[in-house]
Amino acid sequence: MISIQNIYKSYGNVPAVSDISLEVKKGELFGLIGPDGAGKTTLMRILMTLLIQDKGLATLNGLDVVKDYKKIRQIVGYMPGRFSLYSDLTVEENLNFFATVFQTTVAENYGLIRDIYVQIEPFKNRLAGKLSGGMKQKLALSCALIHKPEILILDEPTTGVDAVSRKEFWEMLKKLQQKGITILVSTPYMDEATLCNRVALMQKGKVLDVDTPQKLVENYSRKLYAIKSDDMHRLIQDIRSYEKTDSAFAFGQYLHVTGKDDEAEATEFENYLLKKDHSGLEVLDIPPSIEDVFMELLQDNE
Amino acid sequence: MQEKVIEVHDLVKKFGSFVANDHLNFEVYKGEIFGFLGANGAGKTTAMKILCGLSAPTSGKVKVAGFDICRETEKVKRTIGYMSQKFSLYEDLTISENIRFFSGIYGISPAERKAKQETLLRNLELGSAKDSLIGSLPLGWKQKLAFSVAIFHDPKIVFLDEPTGGVDPITRRKFWDLIYEAADRGITVFVTTHYMDEAEYCNRVSIMNNGRIEALDTPENLKKQFGAKNMDEVFLKIARNVE
Repeated sequence: MISIQNIYKSYGNVPAVSDISLEVKKGELFGLIGPDGAGKTTLMRILMTLLIQDKGLATLNGLDVVKDYKKIRQIVGYMPGRFSLYSDLTVEENLNFFATVFQTTVAENYGLIRDIYVQIEPFKNRLAGKLSGGMKQKLALSCALIHKPEILILDEPTTGVDAVSRKEFWEMLKKLQQKGITILVSTPYMDEATLCNRVALMQKGKVLDVDTPQKLVENYSRKLYAIKSDDMHRLIQDIRSYEKTDSAFAFGQYLHVTGKDDEAEATEFENYLLKKDHSGLEVLDIPPSIEDVFMELLQDNE
Repeated sequence: MQEKVIEVHDLVKKFGSFVANDHLNFEVYKGEIFGFLGANGAGKTTAMKILCGLSAPTSGKVKVAGFDICRETEKVKRTIGYMSQKFSLYEDLTISENIRFFSGIYGISPAERKAKQETLLRNLELGSAKDSLIGSLPLGWKQKLAFSVAIFHDPKIVFLDEPTGGVDPITRRKFWDLIYEAADRGITVFVTTHYMDEAEYCNRVSIMNNGRIEALDTPENLKKQFGAKNMDEVFLKIARNVE
């Protein structure tokens, strides 16, 4: 459905996207996962025909992003990272405006947006600029859907959004996917990767890996330990100064630790830390999360 | 008894008929890392502005670093540091120009500034970049630098408003190393975040909803209290139940 082949784009001397190739299948919920500067927005703008690549080829449903840009805009819905609806129009006026631009009516495609729009309909006469963050997001999504697009491209819809609203947003995306819409979404939150069918892990304009979240986790080859003690700050320092430690990073209430050449056993860490007088010690063998996978890839690429 | 650096009693802030902060009561201790969490629109920013002396409470008593927030606002401002995700440093000034600027504002003498600047740049391994424009630096560097500048005048408390947004997972964790170091030096850290794993790194966490503090305790106790595996679950339970 979306085909990206060897795309390059630089701003002056700064490469934003370098040699990215990806395929997104019809009906897929595909995630671009990575921090600021990974190239997610640039790639999306190229797909949206808002930016022209320096090199490479990209097609959406067989349409070329450069030659067929007008047709592409008819079949894609886009929600940019920054709120870009009209602040001085009401909720309802914004929605009508976008419907009119695409030569359709709100009534014609209401079925697609109903679940989302009913949540903000009580405020339909409020100016868009006066909405809360969560409501703006719902309105932007409604406007992106009003022309019944085949593909939805969402640029960091959940950035800066609290944990509860993020969850609700992903539930909305799942429902849209069930309606047959292909979705390309970007996020800096690693935990959201598990909600996608497949993801591309990105950093500094490159794709580090592409796969299903399950496969990415399965392919992680390191031995990983979760370690906890009553004094977490001292634990970090002690673990990092241990000669058998390769990496040690805080992960919520635990540290995630790998050993040099994966040779250190759980008991070795435990004995070392007991000698350092740690109480409440736990050393567990654990499977990795997507975030562990991403961090391992980052370290390999340094 | 631990020294209290923030004392909030019955803090109320209204905008017209809207109650943004509804009788907040809490204390923060010296050297503590205090997580200030809540859903969007819960009233965190309003409360933080009051604590920083940028907005006056409608009623209630607030003391920061021992100073009354209403009567001794300027003294409060001198003893705190502040860093937000949106604004940190001047993009079109170099690293050393930014340090000079902030030193000037906080009344740090040129001699003291020079010595401290050297230590700062050495610790961050940024010595060679001191004449680079902030705008040309990667986001991770900017954030570390912004934090170091925010505590350059040795404030008693530093307020961090979503300091780690947008960076990669390794940089995010390295940023927390800096937070721990500051807390070790006795600086109290008051931090907001949307990353629930970061809530676990705090000594204590408060969770706001609809203008009220719904829970306040150590992450460990909050998880017990709400029968939750992690802080993410605690947060979801609080924010969903209240609605």
